[in-house]
Amino acid sequence: MESIPVEHGLILAAILFSIGLIGVLTRRNIVFVLMSLEIMLNAGGLAFIVAAARWGHAEGQIMFLMILTLAAAEVAVGLGLIIQMFRRYKTVDINVLSEMKG
Amino acid sequence: MIALFYIAAIIAVIATVAVILQTNIVHGLLYLILSLLAVAVIFYVLGAPFAAVLEAIVYAGAIMVLFLFVIMMLNLGQHTRDQERKWLTPRGWIAPSIMSAILLGQLVNVMRQIDYDIVPAQVGVMEVSALLFGPYVLAVELASILLLAGLVAAYHLAKTK
Repeated sequence: MESIPVEHGLILAAILFSIGLIGVLTRRNIVFVLMSLEIMLNAGGLAFIVAAARWGHAEGQIMFLMILTLAAAEVAVGLGLIIQMFRRYKTVDINVLSEMKG
Repeated sequence: MIALFYIAAIIAVIATVAVILQTNIVHGLLYLILSLLAVAVIFYVLGAPFAAVLEAIVYAGAIMVLFLFVIMMLNLGQHTRDQERKWLTPRGWIAPSIMSAILLGQLVNVMRQIDYDIVPAQVGVMEVSALLFGPYVLAVELASILLLAGLVAAYHLAKTK
């Protein structure tokens, strides 16, 4: 039976997470920042699925479902905030929000 | 099956890199959907068909459609694309890339020490659902409350004054 080394799956998750992190740090468009956050959450879910396959259990898939729920709720709230921001400032540049500093 | 894993992994990495390099939001979103579908294939290869289907339906379907609706609502045109080109200077990429590369190097270094081969065995819908509605039923209820909170918050935030 062919097999996949578990570290390859985890390294793939780490690579996707790092790419998402670069996106969050670099982009100034808030929609791209939210998309990069999605990439990072998805990489976390991938790590859980790889761990589930490592132990042959279903618990990892349940954790993935929780991450899926979290991502859905986060996107709903985040997109609501983006719409509100666009209404107020007419731009998607996150730097305009720096005036919120206390 | 093992070749499928590596092909899907390469597609996922390339598509994800393409997402953060795009200047056009809709193109970035399409690349993100491609990346999520590649990850769904990886889930299937790793023996998690339920997670693979949910990834395709909920992530690549529902969440990305939500993004698409908001992008259409914002109606960002050529102006934003030009602005994006101006923002994406090569200098801005250097520091985040170096920091992320260091983090990735550390993670890879830790993970290389794990030495175990997965022989993918299908863990189907039945095992997952038996656990979901058995010992993890409280987590399911909490997830539903989280979704309800997200719904209320999104309604309140996106409301016009």
